Amino acid sequence: MDKFSVFSSRLVDKSENFTSGHRACQGCAEALAVRHVMKALGRDTIVAMATGCMEIISSPLPLTSWKVPWIHNAFENPSAVISRCESGMKAMMRKGKIPQKKINFVAMGGDGATADIGMGPLSGALERGHDMVYVCYDNEAYMNTGVQRSSSTPWGASTMTTPGASWKRTQKKNIVEIMAAHRIPYTATANIAFPEDLERKLRKARSIRSGLRFIHLFASCPTGWGFAPADAIKISRMAVLSRAFPLYEVEEGERYTINSGGDAPVYDYLRMQNRFRRLSDGDIAMIQEHVNREWERLNRKARG
Amino acid sequence: MAEEKKIKVLTGNEACAEGALAAGMRFYAGYPITPSSEVAEVLAEELPRLGGVFIQMEDEIASMGAIIGASLAGTKAMTATSGPGFSLMQENIGFAAMAEVPCVVVNVMRGGPSTGLPTLPAQADVMQARWGTHGDHAIIVLAPFSVAETFDLTVRAFNLSEQYRTPVILLLDEIIGHVNERVTIVDPGSLEIFNRIVPSDPPDQYKPYRHTESGVPPMIAYGEGYRFHVTGLAHDETGFPTNSAAEIGRMLERHHRKVEQARDHIVQVDPFMMEDAEIGIVAYGSTARSARHAVRLARETGKRVGLLRLKTLWPFADEEIRSYIGQVKSWIVPEMNLGQMAHEVEWALAGSAPVTRLNKVNGDPISPPEIYQIIPG
Repeated sequence: MDKFSVFSSRLVDKSENFTSGHRACQGCAEALAVRHVMKALGRDTIVAMATGCMEIISSPLPLTSWKVPWIHNAFENPSAVISRCESGMKAMMRKGKIPQKKINFVAMGGDGATADIGMGPLSGALERGHDMVYVCYDNEAYMNTGVQRSSSTPWGASTMTTPGASWKRTQKKNIVEIMAAHRIPYTATANIAFPEDLERKLRKARSIRSGLRFIHLFASCPTGWGFAPADAIKISRMAVLSRAFPLYEVEEGERYTINSGGDAPVYDYLRMQNRFRRLSDGDIAMIQEHVNREWERLNRKARG
Repeated sequence: MAEEKKIKVLTGNEACAEGALAAGMRFYAGYPITPSSEVAEVLAEELPRLGGVFIQMEDEIASMGAIIGASLAGTKAMTATSGPGFSLMQENIGFAAMAEVPCVVVNVMRGGPSTGLPTLPAQADVMQARWGTHGDHAIIVLAPFSVAETFDLTVRAFNLSEQYRTPVILLLDEIIGHVNERVTIVDPGSLEIFNRIVPSDPPDQYKPYRHTESGVPPMIAYGEGYRFHVTGLAHDETGFPTNSAAEIGRMLERHHRKVEQARDHIVQVDPFMMEDAEIGIVAYGSTARSARHAVRLARETGKRVGLLRLKTLWPFADEEIRSYIGQVKSWIVPEMNLGQMAHEVEWALAGSAPVTRLNKVNGDPISPPEIYQIIPG
């Protein structure tokens, strides 16, 4: 039983590249997830970050949480900016102006920056095949501007622009499938409730040295979803165990590997959050059906 | 029966949403951005109840595209945004101007350029509102200075866009957008509402871009049995693209004429203590509130100062300013930008009186004492 012989948090890199003291809300799973992302990526990293919660909370100069070079840019631009960092620094290395070094070029954006406004520039960077990692932290709405829906908001969720009983009636955009369709080397979903899996995926993304590697990072949001800050990890875990947000990897756009199990009813996950409080049991049954269908579909792909 | 009056305490953003609904707006497409998001949030609640459509799009480019489509289908349509989003809308604003599609674009101005100061006020999009999209185009721009006036000018923005078949820009600033004030909501039935003129021709004779005397061609909605073509390319009266120099010149001349010959109707100013003023202040938006206070302070010390407040920014109130030549000996133009309107005032006066600029672009509003201090005498 050697799985009980190691306290797994001791395996986590002790270096902090995204430090405490930032201004995230209490119980922000996203800030914790970014901290682990940065542990896995290490110091030789350049981050370009879209406007959003993580940008606002981490960079109120003269304070900053970033121990790596970090560039804030307009909402739609992180893919374009980090593409140019990569091309520019590789050109400088080729010309001998800076030393040869392996650098992780990382773009980060929220679900709005990734699945909505920044989709065009992201697709462009994918097509050009830059050596970069894109981390989409997904808290399923525009939280920075005060909780408006995004195309990554799930069916059934109330937000300020899908208010109350007018909850969102379109499905969450499947960003992973869109990325996989670009035949990029690596696409994976990750969740802060499974930090070992998260760090493994980031290290794997880091180790691949060509083409864009995409990480879809699930992050629960107490402020936007309506739950107690102490439950942030519990809810993140329930998202995986109920299969609402399964953990899986896609290599070269076709080799699917599922990394999570669980068969908790989606009811238990949804009933923990205020944003779903308007849903009837019948609505939740429909979500359960949808989750089952998507899980089946994913399993079919994983079987190949 | 006595007219029912409803008194509400609203922010400018909320009053803008209420005004749009009162004007008959039933289609809103937008994208979240500080400090304008509350306009969308109110309409997300209200529009579905009224049988209207609220849609959040994937960005501001798509939002602008959606309201153009809705307007062509016969619905009064609006979007609201702030600086960066306004920049993204510019290409489609040009389309709306070229294709003569009525629509209202609200820009709650924040500090720029680029991401700038998302939560702080500015008035630096005055020139972008006029010339943001490429090419010579006509445009109408309004700027309220209070919450109550935001309601009124939102209604007016729709009326003007319908009457002149043009996009109308409503420039709020962060202060007007977020300040809470008392508003008397009048019975919607008592509001003057202008709806676009529909053609009297039968479908086979309809020309969507007819050269009428007013310069405004009648407009029919898609789906009414009329077949017509809409394009951003230069086009003739039928709406189909043309390379004929005569046709293109005629079309662009008409676009400008329809607004210019109606400028007396479109341009509104609000003179305050201007009757005997020897010193005039030209201001608009939230800065006009400070200017009005400064005028009162100066009047207490016997200075003959007045405020000429611009409610319409474009077309510019050049004739109204020139009407004070001889009476007003010097002008002051305070604004939260680096002199975008001061330049227009100087141009209108052509050197007949000196213009002092008071500019601030650090996110702080211009205070009444700052204006008071530079009033001469």
